[in-house]
Amino acid sequence: MTAGPGTVPVPPSVAAPRGGGRHGSLWWLVVPALVFFVTFGVVPLLGVLGLSFANWNGIGAITPGGLGAWRQVLGDPGLLHSLWVTFEIMAISWAVQTPASILLGTFLAGPQRYRGFLAVLYVLPLLLSSAALAVTWKALLDPNFGLGAGLKIPLLSQNWLGEGGLAVGVVIFIVSWQFVPFHALIYQGGVRQIPRSLYEAAEIDGAGRIRQFFSLTLPQLKYTIITSSTLMVVGSLTFFDLIFVLTAGGPGDATRVLAVEMYQTGFLGNQMGPASAIAVIIVLSGLVIAQLLRRLGGRDASASQLEGM
Amino acid sequence: MATTTSSTTTEPAPPGADRAPAPPRRARRGLGRFNVLGGLAGWVWVAIVLVPIYWIVITSFKSQSTYYVTNPMLPPTEPTLDSYRLVIESDFARYFVNSVVVTAGAVVPAVAMSFMASYAIVRGGGTSRFLRISNSLFLLGLAIPLQAVIIPVYLIVIRMRMYDSLGGMILPSIAFAIPLSVLVLSNFIRDVPRELFESMRLDGASEWTTMWRLAFPLTRPAIVTVTIYNALLTWNNFLLPLILTQDPSKRTLPLAVWSFQGQYGVNVPAVLASVVLTTLPIVVFYAIGRRQLLAGITAGFGK
Repeated sequence: MTAGPGTVPVPPSVAAPRGGGRHGSLWWLVVPALVFFVTFGVVPLLGVLGLSFANWNGIGAITPGGLGAWRQVLGDPGLLHSLWVTFEIMAISWAVQTPASILLGTFLAGPQRYRGFLAVLYVLPLLLSSAALAVTWKALLDPNFGLGAGLKIPLLSQNWLGEGGLAVGVVIFIVSWQFVPFHALIYQGGVRQIPRSLYEAAEIDGAGRIRQFFSLTLPQLKYTIITSSTLMVVGSLTFFDLIFVLTAGGPGDATRVLAVEMYQTGFLGNQMGPASAIAVIIVLSGLVIAQLLRRLGGRDASASQLEGM
Repeated sequence: MATTTSSTTTEPAPPGADRAPAPPRRARRGLGRFNVLGGLAGWVWVAIVLVPIYWIVITSFKSQSTYYVTNPMLPPTEPTLDSYRLVIESDFARYFVNSVVVTAGAVVPAVAMSFMASYAIVRGGGTSRFLRISNSLFLLGLAIPLQAVIIPVYLIVIRMRMYDSLGGMILPSIAFAIPLSVLVLSNFIRDVPRELFESMRLDGASEWTTMWRLAFPLTRPAIVTVTIYNALLTWNNFLLPLILTQDPSKRTLPLAVWSFQGQYGVNVPAVLASVVLTTLPIVVFYAIGRRQLLAGITAGFGK
């Protein structure tokens, strides 16, 4: 990392094939980004672990709290419930979104012009903020003033957000409504990278479309499925805006996921210690799940890739 | 986290398929035909997406009194801007300005810093341990959700005496935009042919000049992509204003929409008008940079 005068030409044969140090040092270019990221990313990550062993009400002084916060959180049946709700929403929304995204992504990867137009429409829900989205659906699903009541269809004018099971279903539906298009686009990219020669070979072998989809497209999409699933699953750990605005964790505690539980414990209940412990649980769950999914894909990294080439 | 996965998932790129745009029609025959199920799903999904959006837009032009008595799926017979007037009178211009300041104030520095960092990592990572460690740290950052570290972020912002200020929202937004931006931008800078760097160097250009004159124009599509993406996330962020502000005059739009509904909940047309006004700028922004964003999603994650 010695700084050399930046303008002295060096014969190409002397220059290293890759790497910058040879020609003026570059390390300082990374410093601004690093300072911001360490201050508001790395330090808080360590901080949240530290605060989980402290007493703090959010305003006053921070005092060491030992294992008090952890004991409180782990002994609270509410935590177990939040974990359950979080994983329930995670699992069901994954199971709903993945087949839909693969189907739509495969369809979008086709050549017709209008599919590009459809892709533009699909992205619209992604542009809305979760808060605006939650506000909208709350109005739309209102049993007295919403769409169902206006159309006078009893089936649609249920108390969607007032009953536990229905509210969970609504959250999953809205999440899918917003994110299926995003994942469909990821799958579109994946499908387009499958070598065309494989399809030509399959066609010569007489494989029909459905056979092609299950024996060729799907196995070839393996890594895309893992990428997309990781984003879905880890992302679902952090659904806060949507649920907070839509139901605030209710009715009762039916949709109180970990992130909402953390907010309510910390910022409404003024118990930052236990809230930090919940945050640590969120981070750890995310890391564990991501690692599991990585393992799932990493074992036979090159297995299905060259099949049939 | 997305990356740790996607980096291990790079398929051996088939020749000619790298970053493939729409391939020639003839070659795709096999994929395009008879996809009845996919086609049906494709159109059904359009309906699922568009019906609520249609409802939002038409309802926002209804008056509160006609909303309850007319068919909710029919456009208003007498469109009115009353709802929009009410929203704008509720200080939305101020929230709009706050959102613009926070978004621009966060995204422009974040992308600039990420670009410089990416350039250094790609050009210097081979010889500098410091740069390689920085890169791993940024990759780790993809696994840190803002929600999970919001309590220490709150503490830091209080200690910096920036609670209830736009700056207090800008600084963490910059930090959380950096990891993904560095990932995407460094992937693109890596694709710049090495000979071009070599010839810049032979011409006596400094790294600083090379970065802005060569790497910047060549990675412009990626810069547009990360700019739009970060702008979208910052514009729509709800958690930071919720936690870091108390003074209504410092609110940004997503928080304003929420409190507006708390205030005017039964006035559905007005609530929806606030949703439209909040979303409109980002739709316009998206319309401008649509191609890059779509290409970015399909190329960035599809591997």
